[in-house]
Amino acid sequence: MENMSDNIIRVENLVKKFGALAAVNDISFNVSAGEIFGFLGPNGAGKTTTINILCTLTKPTSGTATIDGLDVVHQQSQVRRTIGLVFQDPSLDERLSGLQNMRFHAMVYGVPGSVQKQRTEQLLRMVELWDKRNQEVRTYSGGMKRRLELARGLLHRPKVLFLDEPTLGLDPQTRNRIWDYIIDLRRREGTTIFLTTHYMDEAENADRIAIIDHGKLVAVDTPGKLKKMVSKDIICVKTENNDDAAEEIKQHYRIDVRRDGEGITFEVDNGEEFLPPFIKEFSTRILSVSLRHPSLDDVFLKLTGREIREEEVTNDLKAMVWQHGRRMRH
Amino acid sequence: MHHLNGVYIIWYRDVLRFWHDRTRLVGSITFPLLFLFVFGSGLGSRMGSLAPGVDFTAFIFPGIIGMTVLMSSFMAGISVVWDREFGFLKEVLVAPISRASVAIGKTLGSATIALLQGLIILLFAPLIGISFSFGTVLALIPLMLLLAVALGSMGILLATRIRSMEAFQAVMQMLMFPMVFLSGAFFPMDGLPAWMSVLVKLNPATYGIAPIRQVLLGIGPESSFGIVLFGQTLSLWNNVTILAGFGTVMILLAVWSFGNQQ
Repeated sequence: MENMSDNIIRVENLVKKFGALAAVNDISFNVSAGEIFGFLGPNGAGKTTTINILCTLTKPTSGTATIDGLDVVHQQSQVRRTIGLVFQDPSLDERLSGLQNMRFHAMVYGVPGSVQKQRTEQLLRMVELWDKRNQEVRTYSGGMKRRLELARGLLHRPKVLFLDEPTLGLDPQTRNRIWDYIIDLRRREGTTIFLTTHYMDEAENADRIAIIDHGKLVAVDTPGKLKKMVSKDIICVKTENNDDAAEEIKQHYRIDVRRDGEGITFEVDNGEEFLPPFIKEFSTRILSVSLRHPSLDDVFLKLTGREIREEEVTNDLKAMVWQHGRRMRH
Repeated sequence: MHHLNGVYIIWYRDVLRFWHDRTRLVGSITFPLLFLFVFGSGLGSRMGSLAPGVDFTAFIFPGIIGMTVLMSSFMAGISVVWDREFGFLKEVLVAPISRASVAIGKTLGSATIALLQGLIILLFAPLIGISFSFGTVLALIPLMLLLAVALGSMGILLATRIRSMEAFQAVMQMLMFPMVFLSGAFFPMDGLPAWMSVLVKLNPATYGIAPIRQVLLGIGPESSFGIVLFGQTLSLWNNVTILAGFGTVMILLAVWSFGNQQ
């Protein structure tokens, strides 16, 4: 980051130990104002512990963290006013209505009555819950609850919004909708968004991603650059004469080609810039071209030696069991 | 000022929740009324009067009010455990209000509900031939609140340490029934076996129920309805002071423990 004063979150040498286990092991990073910052890693990597420290719920063993210049250990109350939170597990009062949950939040955060009404309506309309505002929250679906939490987290206009696995256990449609809100929010309000996720496709929405594993940061960069660390772009072409084409590519660009099926596959550094002149200059007639970027899965695999997907299964299962347990209690 | 606001919000939410769940009210007064009429009718006819103009039913009636308040104030602890289980406690704990105001707000919320239930039981007084003035009600309100706050903060203290709903309920049963039965709610305190007398006098609820009885029935502590501690008959104010002392210790411990939980 060129301008240090723009860093709304600063974390330096943060350590959190539970007994002998270091859940967070000496991590440092900055997040600039207005950024969408993604924390990516498998379960137990230290994501939630880091969020809990930043949100003043857990005290670090050592190291410092500040939010908007406020120390998360010594200025807890001010930090809490500055941030909004959407937790991994619901934290709503199920016996109150959606509107009453919003009102409670407004009262606790000291949102003045005059603004509160208008803001509550605007937010509940945004997450499409205005029509259900007077229903008790226990009648809401999982997606509705998460949307209500999102609206509630924004009610006091936080400078930083923390989202801990905001879409865990939700169907793809609801996931997409929640992402639309998040991106729209950043655009309109300039809210800084700090989120943890283990969904690779979600992490792609972030401006920058920190990959955490075993309590350590393995990499912090834009999704694009992270992917470049791992492998090149993959281009696949079909031509009228694949033999000639393969020869031409070898001669002209001095790169290896692979014949697979009806096409030729090869890797280049920057596919988008490579393709236009390539198509223009290529002498063999091209039937089709496709370009594939390496995915964050590839990045994660390379940096941690593990597939994140293995974790995903257990995590979804956990969400399912959890929701099931909840239902049984009613 | 800021702290008061926090206390108010927490109190408000608990009362609002109670209002949403009014069936709880019906349930929580049915049990004491059952006690009153079953014990009162079943045993009362054989016991005659315990003091001039006070038959057994009239005797246990203030005890039943005390029991209602006691059982209901324990809900403060339940509501903390419940909030933790359903995640709402997290919303409260990351909010910019102090832990102390949360603990106090919870205690006062359950005390308010306990008071309301106690007052509802009081409405049945005419049915068993007890008449009281408006002044009596005004005197009973602070007595009931004191009992509710003292035992409610004990509930909060337990809830900060006992995490699961099942464990908390087990501990509550273990505490609540001995506290109810060994509080002098159902029998006069003179002529108890020595061991039982010690237990009754160790029970903080005893010092909450005796004043309620004395005020409601208009009978002084010198009668068999008073408590004799170390050879001294405790006045109404002695009782109040003992209970208030217990309550203060409990609320301080509850606030401390609430602030120190992970």
